[in-house]
Amino acid sequence: MTSAFSSAYNRRAFLGKTSQGLGAVALASLLTPSRVNAAATKGVLGTLPLPQKVKRVIWLSMAGGPSHLETFDPKPKLAEMHGQPMPESFTKGQQLAQLQGQKLTCFAPQHPFEKFGKSQTEICALFPHIGSVMDEICLIRSMTTDAINHDPAHMFMNTGSQIAGRPSMGAWVTYGLGSEASDLPGFVVLTSLGKGGQNQPIAARQWSSGFLPSRYQGVQLRSKGDPVLYLGTPQGISLEQQGSDIDAINALNRHHSHLVNDPEIATRIAQYEMAFQMQASVPELMNVTGETASTLELYGCTPGDGSFAANCLLARRLAERGVRFIQLYHKDWDHHGGIKEGVALKAQEIDRACMALITDLKQRGMLESTLIVWAGEFGRTPMSQGGSGRDHHNKAMSVWMAGGGVRGGLVYGATDELGYAAVENVTTVHDLHATMLQQLGIQHESFTVKFQGLDAKLSGVEGGKVLKNILI
Amino acid sequence: MKQSSPAYASLLLALASSTAAAAVPPLGKVEFNRDVRPILSDNCFYCHGPDQNHRKAKLRLDEREQAIEKKAIVPGKIDESELLKRLVASDPDELMPPPDSNKKLTPDQKETLKRWIQQGAEYQAHWSYVPPHTEPLPANAHPIDALVQKRLATLHVNPSPEADRRTLIRRLYFDLLGLPPSPEEVVHFLNDSAPDAYARLVEHVLASPHYGERMAQGWLDVVRFADTIGYHSDTPRNVWPYRDWVINAFNSNKPFDRFTIEQIAGDLLPDATPDTRVASAFNRLILSTEEGGAQPKDYELRMLTDRVRAIGAAWLGQTTGCAQCHDHKFDPFTARDFYSLGAFFADIKEPIIGKREEGMLLPSPQETERLAAFAEREKNMRADLEADSPERREQQKRWEQSLSSGPVDVAWSRLQPIKLYGDRGSKFTQNEEGVISVAVEGNAASDTYFVTVKTPPGLTTGLKLEAISADTLPQKGPGRSQNGTFILNQFSVKDGDKTLKIAEATATHEQKGFSAKLAVDPKSANDPKKGWATLGNELRDAALYVELEKPIEGERTLTIVLRQVAGDNQTLGKFRLSATTAPTPVRAPGVQFPPEILKTIALPEEKRSAGQQATLAKHFRAVAPEFAPTRTALADTLTAKAEFEKSLTHCLVSVSAETKRTVRIFPRGNFLDESGEVVKAALPHYLPQPKFESREPNRLDLAQWLVSKENPLTARTVMNRLWKQFFGIGLSKVLDDLGAQGEPPPNAALLDWLACEFMDSGWDMKHMVRRIVTSATYKQVSSASPQLLSNDPDNRELARQSAFRIDAELVRDNALSVAGLLVPNVGGPSAKPYQPERYWENLNFPSREYAADKGDNQYRRGLYTWWQRSFLHPSMLAFDAPSREECCAERTRSNIPQQALVLLNDPTYVEAARAFAAKILSESTGSTEDRLHWAFQRALQRNARPEELTTLQALLQKHLTAYRADLNSAEALLQTGQAPAPTNLDKPELAAWIHVARVLLNLHETITRA
Repeated sequence: MTSAFSSAYNRRAFLGKTSQGLGAVALASLLTPSRVNAAATKGVLGTLPLPQKVKRVIWLSMAGGPSHLETFDPKPKLAEMHGQPMPESFTKGQQLAQLQGQKLTCFAPQHPFEKFGKSQTEICALFPHIGSVMDEICLIRSMTTDAINHDPAHMFMNTGSQIAGRPSMGAWVTYGLGSEASDLPGFVVLTSLGKGGQNQPIAARQWSSGFLPSRYQGVQLRSKGDPVLYLGTPQGISLEQQGSDIDAINALNRHHSHLVNDPEIATRIAQYEMAFQMQASVPELMNVTGETASTLELYGCTPGDGSFAANCLLARRLAERGVRFIQLYHKDWDHHGGIKEGVALKAQEIDRACMALITDLKQRGMLESTLIVWAGEFGRTPMSQGGSGRDHHNKAMSVWMAGGGVRGGLVYGATDELGYAAVENVTTVHDLHATMLQQLGIQHESFTVKFQGLDAKLSGVEGGKVLKNILI
Repeated sequence: MKQSSPAYASLLLALASSTAAAAVPPLGKVEFNRDVRPILSDNCFYCHGPDQNHRKAKLRLDEREQAIEKKAIVPGKIDESELLKRLVASDPDELMPPPDSNKKLTPDQKETLKRWIQQGAEYQAHWSYVPPHTEPLPANAHPIDALVQKRLATLHVNPSPEADRRTLIRRLYFDLLGLPPSPEEVVHFLNDSAPDAYARLVEHVLASPHYGERMAQGWLDVVRFADTIGYHSDTPRNVWPYRDWVINAFNSNKPFDRFTIEQIAGDLLPDATPDTRVASAFNRLILSTEEGGAQPKDYELRMLTDRVRAIGAAWLGQTTGCAQCHDHKFDPFTARDFYSLGAFFADIKEPIIGKREEGMLLPSPQETERLAAFAEREKNMRADLEADSPERREQQKRWEQSLSSGPVDVAWSRLQPIKLYGDRGSKFTQNEEGVISVAVEGNAASDTYFVTVKTPPGLTTGLKLEAISADTLPQKGPGRSQNGTFILNQFSVKDGDKTLKIAEATATHEQKGFSAKLAVDPKSANDPKKGWATLGNELRDAALYVELEKPIEGERTLTIVLRQVAGDNQTLGKFRLSATTAPTPVRAPGVQFPPEILKTIALPEEKRSAGQQATLAKHFRAVAPEFAPTRTALADTLTAKAEFEKSLTHCLVSVSAETKRTVRIFPRGNFLDESGEVVKAALPHYLPQPKFESREPNRLDLAQWLVSKENPLTARTVMNRLWKQFFGIGLSKVLDDLGAQGEPPPNAALLDWLACEFMDSGWDMKHMVRRIVTSATYKQVSSASPQLLSNDPDNRELARQSAFRIDAELVRDNALSVAGLLVPNVGGPSAKPYQPERYWENLNFPSREYAADKGDNQYRRGLYTWWQRSFLHPSMLAFDAPSREECCAERTRSNIPQQALVLLNDPTYVEAARAFAAKILSESTGSTEDRLHWAFQRALQRNARPEELTTLQALLQKHLTAYRADLNSAEALLQTGQAPAPTNLDKPELAAWIHVARVLLNLHETITRA
């Protein structure tokens, strides 16, 4: 496996070589290692207290709230009780979203389940590709969350708090560890739409750096237009001309710096260099024409189509380039109605791509240094909504992890016989965060930043617990 | 300035001790507030502090008696004090703080505690909870300078010299106006040799209308002013007049106490005016949601906590958020205080879930006249319609006869719903007449209703949907929109999985362009603009008649799907479904008669009650063909009036409801747990306050208390924030927390003086600004020797000024101003600068396209930028403008690559560079060197230096050569932006100068106030 450092170094070498005609002189002058380092993002943590099992995280956010009952949590008893009233013992006094105060009826899982892998884990038959790598996957069937509406639930899943203004986990991680990518942001976000039309809005605060410095905020890579906002040079200005201008800006700034002794100026110069590097490195990242036909086939995507599969391929490319935290949102999981067709459509969109990401990273020797997390913002009710869908639900959801230090083929935790609530090894979002941080070598309880008088931390005031049993 | 190294050494030592008690205090007495409280608060109060539910071993260390009683502290006796023993215990069970807390005291901190106990363990009340007081000051000295220099003297540091005039005017303009001075203004000031030249400059600046804009910016952050609701769909709301109110308040120098009172309780004032009511929009600036399935109790709590946090952040400098779940761990603020403070706002009328109302109408005088004319017209038309005369009685009699003799609509059977469901969470009630009402808490702006019914016996040939008006609906319905209208985008009938085909649809009434046919055309099912709609006022009860292609056998279960996707609550509020077995064709008659009307008609006239008679007379006028012209004219007037009103300025304001919402303490902040005690409005118990004998205090009481002289926090909080505007950092550096976890100000006397002076001056903001900017402390140079810089990097001791990057809005204002593009109009609706396409692609319900403003509005100041909370304009975001989802007392000030990308590539800045270049070429004369000096004067108020000239001349030449060879590129570059490109200039030359201009606009110095 290529170490992240040497891969970052190669990136620079690559840029140097291919920069003919792209303002080669400016590029070369920008790419001297000492000045590149000025722009590289360093973390605050220095020597890590724990062994670092993984170097990076790829977080697959299934936005809208996937039903665990049509994905990863088989419930034959629920099928038996289809159409019967939901026993009140389950639901009394509980928080419900749109079903609040309505008659509650059991609604059978809409698709069959099958056993996969050596572990013979039972998952929905709509996901045979994920099934084919089930032995790489640790499935948690007992996840719970606090929130029950999309927006607060995303905030909780991303920041550990339902109040706006807290840093997203990607910001926390890059703040702590910095990034090994010298010419790309340390925290990158990609989004894709589903074909079912239930595309819930996602606010930019979901990848905000909150009270941490802005340099740790997630940068969204877009599939259309400039991949990074304002990345393209203005019309009528070539990249080479841009380079000359930046050289002039930096020369004048350096001169000014001699006069006023302000350390911010050195940072400003470094940031202009970083910005210029991104103008070359991001288009190179997005250009997947160098990928082999077999790789493209593995993911089953048309490059540049903005699909979840195309984003998975980009995630791998970002991982190779040393990006610390890569978050993919795939929308359209909000199946209040038509869940049968809806989940089938989602399966078409993500099943193969998830498998491809795991397989591709593995064949490149990068899976063991990557943590992949698949999670929605909440689960869905075993009760019917409108006869064909399910409502939001925070007592039970399924999430899975794959990659470094995670016990593949394991099923952890369980819900009750109707899939209403997690009952065995109940886990929380804070636990998930604590476990992720531990795998990155970070002691989650002492990873704090003073905010409004509190030692704020990702894993919450009360603190999550590391899910030791799912780790090797 | 000259400094000897020993002086620096002592500065270093003193600085270290002044900030967060990091080291052992130098000789002398240990001071509880400065040295000890920060250690105890950070390490001990979590378990041994104010929160009684979390207190361990029943020991609290925040109160002296209790700490002594428990022998944790034995004053003067370090060997007997349990506290000290525990700090060094070797047994992990004994050691404090416990190892699993991840807290650890440094040796210096332990030493501080030891010496404190040795010296008698004296406590002090927390610094910010005791009233500020002033100490005697030397006569004739500027109080700020006296207090700063007094402290500097103890540190053996000299203040820095005064900055040159070019720096002073630039600094003053950025700090007070947010705009650069023009070269002429600079020259004028440089040549003004009068001793009061600076003082007059200050007065000139304070009198500028842009002063209010600059001052408003920070306030809009702290009250989280934004154009959109924040959660989920993040849709717009009407609040911009509040921004104008804030700007005007600063410009007219409204005393800060009145400024406070109008915002919190402008609606409750005995002399309330439209202006004070607009101020009360403050209470409406919270986040809200339109998400289907959001629960009112959940959001009622979110809104309460949002308001409490705002009072804490903007006025009290207290972090209150944690007390939503439990008593504050560090400050005496309890959960009861939290909910009691929230109860002040429980009277505010507002939907908990769903779209905000349009708000208070703010018509101009001319618009007011037009509104009066509409009202007059409506009144006359109604009078005409309602007038009684023998002739009309005669007409009515004839009409009644025509009804009772002919066949009436009898073949319809009402359908009683078996199941009712709204896709986006609408809730329904139905009565025994089959009338379905959408419940008040129904909150979906769009929804699809699923009504499951059983058809009557026999062959059903058609269906009828009656839209029914109701007093409870806006404009009496029948729709739920502001105008009482609805748009039925699709009417479909499902028999199991099968959708039945519809032969024909007709209606008793149709709004122009919204025919019944559109509602049954499957092609336009998802088009929010296509469907059936009526005029939607009480004269327009209407019905849709649908003929099925094939009749259905009797007693089948069907689901009728009413798809309404237009948004804006364009959904039915009251309706009924019926079926008919009558032979086809099924068509709408001219009118539809409710049963009570038919019943009345059947009665002989003398047997009718007065009520029945009146209803009948009204109905007669509502349906009889004779009245059609009058009805249409009235309906048109009402529609025109509604449309006119909609086009006017509105603002959400506070309106007090007669009954307040019940507020109870939610244990652990859990809104499902209603076991907590109900609380009334009350002020935080630990702060001095008046008694409200037998009545519950209201918002006006709260506001008056916030700005009473007894309140020790408000003036300090506001002055601390103001200080940051002029020095880059607060006197206490944590602007939103003057509590135990904040920072005792190193120069407490200075903050106290500012607070006292502020109150004593009658809360006079301009007076305080004037005091600060005329001090020698403010006028110092910002450059520092490397040693001073490393000893006091954040300039806490004020031995110099600070240099810092200007705020996001000012980065824009400066570029537009230098380029001559800025449209400096003060006030008005939010503006939409250029924004990358698809930046809003992740917004939904509804999905939105961003349309950049054209004309003047494109060149407004940054302050007026459309503030989309979930996707703030990316250039603003890059320069740390807050999203304003939470109150923000302090912006971060970052230095990131995105800022370079914005200044280099955002069309706003490319266009500014183009306009700047054109200005250089058309307004400056002489050699290239002369022109460069001219450009530098405009951007930086100074001449170019030799090295700068060399670099830029070379750059200019290089680009000129390139563009001469490639005219197309030059032309392409000239096209960025809406402003017309000058035609009289040589294109390659202009293009080359654009590069020079953008270099100037990108310089660190250009975006720095020093």
